Amino acid sequence: MSTTSATLPSAMTTRQDRLVERRPTPPASHQGAAPWQDWLFERTTLFFALFVLLTLVGILVSLAISAIPAFQKFGLGFFWTNVWNPVTKNFGALAPIYGTLVTSAIALLVGVPVSFGIALFLTEMCPPLLKRPLGTAIELLAAVPSIIYGMWGLFVFAPLFAEYVQPLLKTALGDLWILGPLFQGAPNGIGILSAGIILSVMVIPFIASVMRDVFEIVPPVLKESAYGIGATTWEVVWNVVLPYTKVGVIGGIMLGLGRALGETMAVTFVIGNAYRISPSLFAAGNSIASALANEFNEAADPVHSAALITLGLILFLLTFIVLACSRLLLAQLAKGEGKST
Amino acid sequence: MTNIYRKRLFVNRFNLVMSLSAMAFGMTFLLWILYVLFLRGFETLSPALFTQMTPPPGSAGGLANAIYGSIVIVTVATFVSTPIGILAGIYLAEYGKDGLIARVTRFINDILLSAPSIVIGLFVYTVYVAKVQHFSGWAGSIALALIAVPVVVRTTENMLRLVSSSLREAAVALGAPMWKVILKVTLRAVRGGVITGVLLAVARVSGETAPLLFTALNNQFWSFNMDAPMANLPVVIFQFAMSPYEEWQNLAWAGALLITLTVLVINILARTVFRQSAAR
Repeated sequence: MSTTSATLPSAMTTRQDRLVERRPTPPASHQGAAPWQDWLFERTTLFFALFVLLTLVGILVSLAISAIPAFQKFGLGFFWTNVWNPVTKNFGALAPIYGTLVTSAIALLVGVPVSFGIALFLTEMCPPLLKRPLGTAIELLAAVPSIIYGMWGLFVFAPLFAEYVQPLLKTALGDLWILGPLFQGAPNGIGILSAGIILSVMVIPFIASVMRDVFEIVPPVLKESAYGIGATTWEVVWNVVLPYTKVGVIGGIMLGLGRALGETMAVTFVIGNAYRISPSLFAAGNSIASALANEFNEAADPVHSAALITLGLILFLLTFIVLACSRLLLAQLAKGEGKST
Repeated sequence: MTNIYRKRLFVNRFNLVMSLSAMAFGMTFLLWILYVLFLRGFETLSPALFTQMTPPPGSAGGLANAIYGSIVIVTVATFVSTPIGILAGIYLAEYGKDGLIARVTRFINDILLSAPSIVIGLFVYTVYVAKVQHFSGWAGSIALALIAVPVVVRTTENMLRLVSSSLREAAVALGAPMWKVILKVTLRAVRGGVITGVLLAVARVSGETAPLLFTALNNQFWSFNMDAPMANLPVVIFQFAMSPYEEWQNLAWAGALLITLTVLVINILARTVFRQSAAR
């Protein structure tokens, strides 16, 4: 104890001296301008910036380590085996992966055109006075907690969907050549299609606000020249605004996809939680996130929980790739912003 | 010739109407959800909600322990994530700038901003809950803090970048060391914006359910112990809404109303604060 207290001050003074030497003209004589304070502050901020990086590394490493038992038992076949049986301890990820991808695809199929319409309305048609409140209202759609979407989906949306929309889809599309089987089966409101539609409402605010933001960076000169030669509003948007911003628009869609893939609570309520791959979109299914939410706490067997953690790792890698693409695309657009086309 | 004009005009009108209906579609869902929430939530909203514990199935009760647990878990998460987020944001805006570390951190931060929250819960489970062998309020706070940090980092950095360099130069010219310039001049200049970021982070995490499932879990009783499973609104809502008991479902609606109102009020508050500071 006595040795450390004796060595500490001297160690600090030498460090101070070294720093003073390295920076030739600090206002060192000024009171309170001791360079070690600056050094300490910079290192502290750097430490917390690295903390953010470490979080990501930590997530990847810890999930990978916990997933090892599942890989040892099932190998790579885990990815394309369609079985999930906690009793026989046999697990395969195909059904939840399928459910995750299909619900997200439905979400984009519905959400992207609607988001485009909303962004178009907010940038080109909306009276200036309403622009802010309506934009905020759409963003509030993203602020509503996902569990609320789930409750609303289960108790309000699903019964109405089963009574009115699903029979309609069945009679209208059920007999079609390839698409037909998608719309057959018992219309009970719970299943892949309902989950996808609720997801679409949840991703709309994300996609729409990115689209609105990138539409607003289009130089007015470009739009005005198109209007000047007699183009209609739609032609300006479709032929000028959209080509100019397409990278950003795709980035926004990827952001929405990233959100849809990882959405948990809303999907858990309405997807039906069944490890099945059915041709019908009306059938119950499962997504990675909903499987985790439903089962992880009940998984007593180590192989079962390792299988679930592997699902989590797959989900994280999937969203990581999608979100990384989204960021790269949006960054590319931001870089080109200064250029004069 | 006139045909083509008519066609263009028609296409234009049709698409603008579609755009208008897309806007209506979005608004309908927002209003529909809020309407249902108010309708079902107010049925059960009563003082008992705030004074009584979560009941066993089939009897009346309230949500007092869940409300308390949520407030504590979110408060701890906020106090942990705010300094981390602000300091990391300072590094990105003031020191790192366009360096490699800063660029990588920025990129990763933006990804973590949208990363699935259930994976964060899983992460905290594997590194903390599995090690100490029990669920706890602390674990819930850690998970929520990890979700809040990227939000605070992003807004802090964005805000600091708005500060004009002449302000910094003026302070440096007076002989202030860099850390004082940052803490007492630049950070103070964008105080409103940084508070907005913290508020948005609070709003974001207070509705999160998925990360709490594997960390804080739930507790039927009043508990001050952060080192034990702790009741919290989102998980109680999840459990009660999925149950077949009507009393539980009604309580879930009341809880859902409380949580949504809180989140929306914080959101709107944050936006108005931010607007004021931007106008100044």
